[in-house]
Amino acid sequence: MAFKNLKDSDIQVINIGLKSFAGTLRTMNTPVVDVDWQPPATADLKALAVLDHHQEKIDRANERVLEIIQNGKPLLIGLDIARNVIPGMHENMILHAGPPVTWDRMCGTMKGAVIGALLYEGKGRTKEEAESLAAGGAFEFVPCHEHDGVGPMAGIISPSMPVFILQNQTYGNYAFCTQNEGLGKVLRYGAFQPEVIAKLKWMEQVLYPCLDRAIRSLRGIDIGHLITQALQMGDEVHNRNRAGTSLLFRQLAPALIRTMQEAEDTAKVLEFINGNDHFLLNLSMPAAKAILDAAKGIEHSSIVLTMARNGTDFGIRLAGTGDDWFTGKAMIPDALYFPGYSKADANPDIGDSAITETAGWGGFAIAAAPAIVQFIGGKASDAMRYTLSMYEICAGESGRYQIPALDFRGTPLGIDVRKVIDNNLTPFIDTGVAHKDPGIGQIGAGVVQAPMEPFNLAMRGLADRLLLE
Amino acid sequence: MHSASAIIKGKYLDSVKLMLISKQMRLQSGVTDAVAIMATPENLAILQATGMNLRGFDAADPVDICIGVIAESDVIASRVVDLAEEWIVTGIPGDSDRALKESATANKVRNIDSALKIMPEANLALISVAGKYAVREARRALLKGLHVMLFSDNVGIEEEKELKELALSRGLLMMGADCGTAIINGVPLAFANQVRRGNIGIVSAAGTGLQEVACIIHNKGCGISQAFGTGGRDGKKAIGGLMLMACLQYLISDEGTKVIVLISKVPDPEIIDKIWEVSATTNKPVVVNLLVPFNPPAPANVHPAPTLTQAAVLACRLASGDQSSWGSWSGLSNDIYPNRKLITLPQEPKRIHLRALYSGGTLCYEAQVIYHQKMGDYAWSNAPLEPSCRVGGLAETEGDVILDLGGDEFTVGRLHPMIDYALRVKAIEDIAKREDIGIILLDVVLGFGSHPAPQEELAPVISKVVAGHGIVVICTVVGTDADPQNRPEVIATLKASGAIVTDSNAEACEIALSVLNTLRRS
Repeated sequence: MAFKNLKDSDIQVINIGLKSFAGTLRTMNTPVVDVDWQPPATADLKALAVLDHHQEKIDRANERVLEIIQNGKPLLIGLDIARNVIPGMHENMILHAGPPVTWDRMCGTMKGAVIGALLYEGKGRTKEEAESLAAGGAFEFVPCHEHDGVGPMAGIISPSMPVFILQNQTYGNYAFCTQNEGLGKVLRYGAFQPEVIAKLKWMEQVLYPCLDRAIRSLRGIDIGHLITQALQMGDEVHNRNRAGTSLLFRQLAPALIRTMQEAEDTAKVLEFINGNDHFLLNLSMPAAKAILDAAKGIEHSSIVLTMARNGTDFGIRLAGTGDDWFTGKAMIPDALYFPGYSKADANPDIGDSAITETAGWGGFAIAAAPAIVQFIGGKASDAMRYTLSMYEICAGESGRYQIPALDFRGTPLGIDVRKVIDNNLTPFIDTGVAHKDPGIGQIGAGVVQAPMEPFNLAMRGLADRLLLE
Repeated sequence: MHSASAIIKGKYLDSVKLMLISKQMRLQSGVTDAVAIMATPENLAILQATGMNLRGFDAADPVDICIGVIAESDVIASRVVDLAEEWIVTGIPGDSDRALKESATANKVRNIDSALKIMPEANLALISVAGKYAVREARRALLKGLHVMLFSDNVGIEEEKELKELALSRGLLMMGADCGTAIINGVPLAFANQVRRGNIGIVSAAGTGLQEVACIIHNKGCGISQAFGTGGRDGKKAIGGLMLMACLQYLISDEGTKVIVLISKVPDPEIIDKIWEVSATTNKPVVVNLLVPFNPPAPANVHPAPTLTQAAVLACRLASGDQSSWGSWSGLSNDIYPNRKLITLPQEPKRIHLRALYSGGTLCYEAQVIYHQKMGDYAWSNAPLEPSCRVGGLAETEGDVILDLGGDEFTVGRLHPMIDYALRVKAIEDIAKREDIGIILLDVVLGFGSHPAPQEELAPVISKVVAGHGIVVICTVVGTDADPQNRPEVIATLKASGAIVTDSNAEACEIALSVLNTLRRS
């Protein structure tokens, strides 16, 4: 019997468990790495064993998924009205953020946004009318994610709203998202006052046609390329979009002028984009969606393709579990609150914007965005730690999107539900915080750690599928 | 009885951290008993058995921490519960375990994959996480080409077999489950002693057996090439001696090994046959200790050793080529043996019984074997040689009792008695209060992982029982002068407190039993 590498090499030890054992080895000058072990975040050791048993199969599927994600090329090709382009959209359909939710379970923020959307659509003249229509079952509430869409915060898309159209140039699939309304009183935070509706109308009547003409005249805008640059300019394209918005502005400005019909409208459009640091968010989100959706339905894969919240539930979907949602209770974010507000006012986590983290940006790339580290403790080293910890739950690293401060290491890519469970570590998500009551709007921004429950259920869901084979 | 309890949802701390917290809780004044423990079904069952399963614990999930305190008053109980909750979050005040605090700021290495990125040349995984998780970690380590030492217990025997088969198919060591000690390439792992390198190779299915033999070899001036632990069940039919055989074969082919020592608590008969078969393939001497006397068959190179001490001494003689008489080698604690008759015996007439309080399972077993040989009868034990002689706890039993305080029934929510002497100190105090015990036998195991200065815990209570009651206290010290404890000082302090100190368990037992016989005769 020969034991491999035993005789001829000094021992180097990986210690998993009692710290004192590593201490002993250090005093002996024996090289040792001490693993900060946590038990897997599940009591379902049977499901875990199933995934262990099928490890190679899952690994192969995940490689395929990662390859598809790496190859994704999101191009903004123009805008159109939702009912014209979103598959399955009809007059009585309202798309919303997150996993499925019925009216009675909707949080205040989302209810406010639904009311606003109905007023905008002319489906009621007052809040009360809109509310009773919504509660009466006349409308079908469906997740954006189930119709190739994404929406920030409440994420409401109603039939008349203009949407950006992105296409993944490698795989041909589309993704849709509304235009960003800016800060203050806005629909996505549940506000529905007359000025909110008026702004939405201006966006439909002025912003949308101007932008559409300009974008089409450019034969599209490569959002992937733009995000690559933004990550190197201090954005993580979720909670900080200032650089990316500026880059977009530089591309759009001449095209807006060339395609303009009314000078004043064009000036207002330029002012609007310039005045809204988050304008890019509604493009980084569908870009992420277009990249990730191409990998839908790769069987056996344990990679997360959707993370989304509706203010009540946090839901995820895996590449290998079809259209199944796995949900848990949405958390209240850890946030910095605007003056006069506190955690007691906060709505639980809401919005499809966690699609950016799912694609390796946002909280996963926070080491690229030193300007917003006050959300996570105030130090650039904290941001590095957040990003570094996310590599532990990912299957790979991006070949395209990089973090300068980590020597241009690729962003953590492809959340593997197995690693989330094993490391007892869920994704970090950058987020805005909405007031829990309709109509008030944003009250802070911060980070939230995804709840473990959806990942646990997803692991079981994948194990169940593997057992059925 | 007053009690208080709390459940902390979804919080994990490793068992050692929780045991340290439990220990600190028990030290608070007015506390009768206290525990902070993960609420696994196994732990809850044990708490139930020990009367610590307090109200509400049934509602806890396995990922929760249960805190329970029994105290003189409700006020004390709930105050200590609050303290424990605080310690669970912030650590025990003054806790020198910086690693925990540092890990809060440093980026954590959370798994084997990340560890391998930092240390690509790693070749051994030392795994001590809770048993139900340990198998996964061990399997992963093996699949990554790492040798494994699996310290964890509570691993299924089928799983142990699978791991060992996987390991051997890849030319890897799989030591354990429940492997507490090993010395690989001179590096002591887990609870091991610092011993000289040399030409004696050990393979042992008995943890403290390995420590005892390795230490005596060192103390005799010889050294160790490798000391493999296999876990106590390797010699059972279900495992089939897989690792015992593989390590034996390794030592046979290892050029640095001249003499082999094989230790296992009586293996399955088929496995014994295999041991002879494999031993017959070499000319190297193979010293075998099965903890009970046995008659070896044909291979002339197999040397039976009835005790661990004899195994070590025999190996040294064979390794050094010393032909001098057995006597000059076996005279271990020369100052004790000749003066045995000078031992002061207890004057109280009823003190005619033995109470042995072991921390080492193998040493406890060996003591029972020697007892059986000398006394013709079986001693009572919580880990008995003879199943009908089983006793449960510390208090009630009459007669001669040889206990393994490292047994599960004594270690729930407590650190192992090699680390935490509180239980033994209390047991010795209690012995003084009763009238029937005249001899106390203890092992003091030194080495990495053990208590840094056990003499400080034991000496005060020993001098009290020796001076106050004339009880004979015999300590066997397992360790070497290179161990982190100061062995000469340990021995000197224990002697000064009135204890008889040996550096061999067999010798300690011999003395204890001869005193016992003297007491019974008189």
